[in-house]
Amino acid sequence: MQNNKFLSALFAAGVTFVLACLMIGVKLDTEGTELAVRGATAEQWGWIGLGIGLVFLSQLFSNQIDAFFGKLPKPKLSGLLPEEKKRAALKPWLLAALIVGMLIWPFMVSRGSVDLATLTLIYIMLGLGLNIVVGLAGLLDLGFVAFYAVGAYTYALLSMYFGLSFWVCLPLAAGLAALFGFVLGFPVLRLRGDYLAIVTLGFGEIIRILLNNWTAVTGGPSGISGIPKPTLFGLEFTRRAKEEGAQTFHDFMGISYSSSYKVIFLYLIAVLLVIFVIYLINRLMRMPIGRAWEALREDEIACRSLGLNRTTIKLSAFTIGASTAGFAGSFFAARQGFISPESFIFIESAIILAIVVLGGMGSQIGVILAAIVMTILPELAREFAEYRMLLFGLLMVVMMRWRPEGLVPMKRPHLELKS
Amino acid sequence: MSQLLLDVNGLTMRFGGLVAVDHVDLAVKNRQVVSIIGPNGAGKTTVFNCLSGFYIPSDGSVVFNGEQVAGMKDYQISRKGLVRTFQHVRLFSKMTVIENMLVAQHRHLKTDLISGLLKTSSYRRLEQEAMDRAAYWLKEMDLLQFANREAGNLAYGQQRRLEIARCMVTQPELLMLDEPAAGLNPNETKELDELIVRLRDEHEISVLLIEHDMKLVMGISDHIYVIAQGAPLANGTPDEVKNNPDVIKAYLGEE
Repeated sequence: MQNNKFLSALFAAGVTFVLACLMIGVKLDTEGTELAVRGATAEQWGWIGLGIGLVFLSQLFSNQIDAFFGKLPKPKLSGLLPEEKKRAALKPWLLAALIVGMLIWPFMVSRGSVDLATLTLIYIMLGLGLNIVVGLAGLLDLGFVAFYAVGAYTYALLSMYFGLSFWVCLPLAAGLAALFGFVLGFPVLRLRGDYLAIVTLGFGEIIRILLNNWTAVTGGPSGISGIPKPTLFGLEFTRRAKEEGAQTFHDFMGISYSSSYKVIFLYLIAVLLVIFVIYLINRLMRMPIGRAWEALREDEIACRSLGLNRTTIKLSAFTIGASTAGFAGSFFAARQGFISPESFIFIESAIILAIVVLGGMGSQIGVILAAIVMTILPELAREFAEYRMLLFGLLMVVMMRWRPEGLVPMKRPHLELKS
Repeated sequence: MSQLLLDVNGLTMRFGGLVAVDHVDLAVKNRQVVSIIGPNGAGKTTVFNCLSGFYIPSDGSVVFNGEQVAGMKDYQISRKGLVRTFQHVRLFSKMTVIENMLVAQHRHLKTDLISGLLKTSSYRRLEQEAMDRAAYWLKEMDLLQFANREAGNLAYGQQRRLEIARCMVTQPELLMLDEPAAGLNPNETKELDELIVRLRDEHEISVLLIEHDMKLVMGISDHIYVIAQGAPLANGTPDEVKNNPDVIKAYLGEE
């Protein structure tokens, strides 16, 4: 047994060594037109050695480490929080305070933070959408970004060719993404788990490659630029009105122009969209359809024996999940003003999936928290420069090792029976 | 003579060259407990799978309440009032007991999306009715105190009872139980015995039973069908079956 431990520790250290050598030890640099391989400095090698030693020791003594952490007293959260009934009474006030806070907050902080918050809100929407498909219905979808792309391109193309406004396109984008979800749903009805993951992965790539190659319509790799920003009842947030006869926001209000109005306005739209999506999904989860999604995840055969039609249940999960992504997509297009297939690569799907898994499958609060962590952490870790993604990966490994159920695991609703 | 609730004629199921079920006939009347017995691998569960629509029978007719159901989809058959349990308990184990009961009433909660999203009064009334029905059956099965527990955390006997409760809440006319006593202790088996009799006498449903526990089968069945190697071997009242030389031979082997 001890011998086994030693061998596995040695193996882990070896893997660390190989990975570290490849990623940190050797660097490719361009010198003029040539590529040159450059080794790491002595100091970096020192750090690599330390890292390998740490991995070796932690693997060798993993039992002891686990035992130590097991002995640590767990913080008693239940004692700190007020009673169940009091909490239920406090909930609407807390929610109201949170929403008011979110609406006031952008006026007090820098433009950059508001922009980052808007991005976070987009990921929250995406996470909530995928949560329906993966977390509730248990259908592993690796191509979720396709629906995001459909939403974004719907708005971009409709506004480019037909001059439709953001507010008209928003429901259209959600509808079209839902249609794509429906279309994808059909061939994969009989698939589960790994097989489903592969098909959805392929679907995501098909959409991206289609957008890339259909140059005549989508502009191909160069994308679509100059997508108009949303307006507030026809008021534009530009310095000068783009269209003849249109009025700008600052003219209307009689204040001087500031570019941060636009950022804050976008943020506020995102907040409203997220609140709308949260409300919608929250209701759905407590409705028969939401329970049916979960039942399908738990046991498909039992569902069939109880008279549940798995076709409609699966399709509805795909459709509603996709429409949320379509929502997020069209807002993303409006915020960026420029989209290209580059924005919808596989890594985006992976990040959205990571948000759902890290947050806790099926848990809305968990997904929201995870989306915040996943978008803000890379920004905070900017000073680590190229090791940023390494840290990011490390965080995920640690999370899955010590909290596989996610940040905030889904809580089952408590239903009162009168008897 | 009461009317036939379930009338199966010449039911045959072939998997390639293998004939798993060979011309099996069954008849279940209203308010009857009918059992199917037979050695392991005789094709009892395959018969269940054919009746409940999990398999499409290769041949034969299945008439339920005067309607041909052979070839229908599984969920359509169960909506007609023919509901089954499984040899291995199949609960929605991460969901609570009460949620299990609500999922089973999916088709009774015929609410459209909009009224559910807006929580209209008609939606709330339907939801309340479903909760009441669930509470009623949980009480019948002595599970009410576990209503908000995760189904997977219940004791095995309780899980078995929950599976039956979940079927009953769909308001079936014929309940098909696939080895409900498997894994139960003698005490729990006795309770199951009483429960099945109560379902027949008080709730006026019919029960089709697959079971290996002969004491249970002989005690409660109105009629017994014996299947061996996919083909019908004998049928009759418990006494007739008990004394049938063919049945004894199939179970104990030839002397």
